[in-house]
Amino acid sequence: METKSIMIVGVGGQGSLLASRIIGNVLLSQGYDVKVSEVHGMSQRGGSVVTYVKYGDKVYSPVIEKGEADAVISFELLEAARCLPYLKKGGKLITSTQQIDPMPVITGTAQYPENLVEKLKSAGADITAVDALSLAEQAGTSKASNVVLMGVLASKMDFPDEIWQNALEQCVPAKFLELNKKAFELGKNA
Amino acid sequence: MKKLMLGNEAFARGLYEAGCRIVSSYPGTPSTEITEEAAKYDEMYAEWAPNEKVAMETALGASIAGARSFCGMKHVGLNVAADPLYTAGYTGVNAGLVIAVADDQGMHSSQNEQDSRHHAIASKVPMIEPSDSGECRDFVKLAFEISEDFDTPVIVRMSTRVAHSQSIVDTEERQEHELKEYTKNPQKYVMMPAFAKGRHVFVEERMRKLTEYAETSPLNRVEISESAEFGVITNGAAYQYVKEALGDKASVLKLGMVNPMPVKLIQDFAGKYDRIIVVEELDGIIESHCHNIGVNNVEGKNIFGYIGEINQSVIADKLLGEKKESVSLDDNIPVRPPVMCAGCPHRGLFYCLKKLGVMVSGDIGCYTLGAAAPLNAIDTTICMGASISGLHGFNKARGAESEHKSVAVIGDSTFMHSGMTGLVNIAYNNSNSTVIILDNSITGMTGHQQNPTTGKNLKGDPAAAVNLEELCKAIGIKRVRVVDPYHLAETEKVIKEELSADEASVIISRRPCALLKYVKHNAPFAVDSDKCVGCKACMKLGCPAISIRDKKAVIDHTQCVGCGICKEQCKFGAIN
Repeated sequence: METKSIMIVGVGGQGSLLASRIIGNVLLSQGYDVKVSEVHGMSQRGGSVVTYVKYGDKVYSPVIEKGEADAVISFELLEAARCLPYLKKGGKLITSTQQIDPMPVITGTAQYPENLVEKLKSAGADITAVDALSLAEQAGTSKASNVVLMGVLASKMDFPDEIWQNALEQCVPAKFLELNKKAFELGKNA
Repeated sequence: MKKLMLGNEAFARGLYEAGCRIVSSYPGTPSTEITEEAAKYDEMYAEWAPNEKVAMETALGASIAGARSFCGMKHVGLNVAADPLYTAGYTGVNAGLVIAVADDQGMHSSQNEQDSRHHAIASKVPMIEPSDSGECRDFVKLAFEISEDFDTPVIVRMSTRVAHSQSIVDTEERQEHELKEYTKNPQKYVMMPAFAKGRHVFVEERMRKLTEYAETSPLNRVEISESAEFGVITNGAAYQYVKEALGDKASVLKLGMVNPMPVKLIQDFAGKYDRIIVVEELDGIIESHCHNIGVNNVEGKNIFGYIGEINQSVIADKLLGEKKESVSLDDNIPVRPPVMCAGCPHRGLFYCLKKLGVMVSGDIGCYTLGAAAPLNAIDTTICMGASISGLHGFNKARGAESEHKSVAVIGDSTFMHSGMTGLVNIAYNNSNSTVIILDNSITGMTGHQQNPTTGKNLKGDPAAAVNLEELCKAIGIKRVRVVDPYHLAETEKVIKEELSADEASVIISRRPCALLKYVKHNAPFAVDSDKCVGCKACMKLGCPAISIRDKKAVIDHTQCVGCGICKEQCKFGAIN
């Protein structure tokens, strides 16, 4: 199988590392060669954070470049817009509608662009926009937005539900498992 | 068993399987997780040392004592540890000694982009370089063999991509290596001139033997493609990009051993093709080596340059003229630089420093973000510890006027690393400097590592804690004050008092990192929009939880931890 590429983007602290671990776990259990590339350190402090997941028969490069992603999953709307160029023609864009102002917007030197979902649509993106933050809060904590979006992704991939459930069990600490399973379900049905 | 592992995790697995017994490191992105993961194996003793020099000397001492040993650091850490490295090259080892150095191509989390291969060449110590997690585990095990077979430390060079990418690793059981016998041997371990002269002869002979080893080592690999039109020589992460971009369009010589490099192997490979391209990140070290051994049909740096990471797109573009299609929005997408977290104790302190308009000599850590807008509070950031010693020099150059208008800022871990020697210089050579230690009770930027001030060791067990107040006094600083940076007025008052004092002083700005699990957060604050007049005084703090909507401030309840410094700023009582 040709290598497939999934990009997970968001703001440092939103939990992209957990999301990439869950996907990596699912793909590994399906017998694929898998590579996941993460960003640690300074960028994690509230900056743009990008994680790459690639799978197939044999994966070489761990990074995804412009025009290569089969799917982009974004935890924040501006980051979805930033990463649009990475999406392959016909690729899927899954984004939370949550907006977090970056510092140039907070300090007033830049504007947060308006109507991004519509603009992304008219740019030709196959977009699924979900209010992941509200769903996560419904599940019990705003921190579970990442797992809500994993649920949305699961609904668009052909892997059996039990594989995702196993991955959740392996990647999420036991005391938060029920809450995260609920968040996952809410995302899957969104 | 097959597992998905970070390069750093696989590195630690390699240490475990190779029977490594002693691990001493200093954290630094992207090397930190090697040691954190190593600490999870009870069979290995693992510690955070106060700096990389101490870590390397500890590991060398353990190697001389007969235990397979390891120390890990980031690229700039190897500069700190260069002193023991260059002489450990002379002494060699008793049991195997492996050193990890993680370069940060692209400067994701570093102050420079130096290429550590120069240190290996200059110290005449072998260096090997894996290109994925599986190789991390394999190469580390082989590194111990090379170390013991050739009587040398071995450096394993990592990069951000290899360290922080997960790929599949096959694990094996640990092979125990009992302590080797220790025998006193001054000719080998006492490096005074008479003995060191003998060891230098040994080092040169060892390099000759290692070059011979590189010719046939499994670390170096030729992958011939029948349909290739040209040959590529590459190393590390770049190998993966080459394979993805070029597939069978090129034959590849992958160098897993980057010091010393083979001669005949490269000459033979280069002889097969008219055109040889060297794909290596940062400096042109392989390319220069090719020219040195009379292989002149090579190019590389003229195509790829010396800056940042290479990737498959760059290679496909430059070598095949292929570009991928992509779309983007017409809108200007504002950048999202890293920021101090909501509730970060550093924020209040930098707000006061900005207000006072002082020159701030900065250092390495989360607080480097005090240089960013809107606080813009930092004047200089160079390397670990340079805030304090740099301030001393600044004040010696500019005199009394400067002494009352300048401070150094340094974190607790960085102060223990190499800040305290600068403070000794201030006390000893008498500059009236003001040093602020930002004590957030953890090593923050690298992801919460314990240090000698926190009272816990790497394993989280209770440990001796350095008392910063007493330490500064013992160094000779008489004025030592402690403030809570959540209290802006008090913090500002103390800084003013210490700036105006006619002797050196230390202010300890003490408040644990807001991200620490044990730190209890207050309920989030909210803005009363009837009271908010939109004056934006709260926005001057640069808190990521506060933004303006419809000309009024709003607080993001998912980010706010209730630190209250915005409430202290609001003259209209709108934040509660």
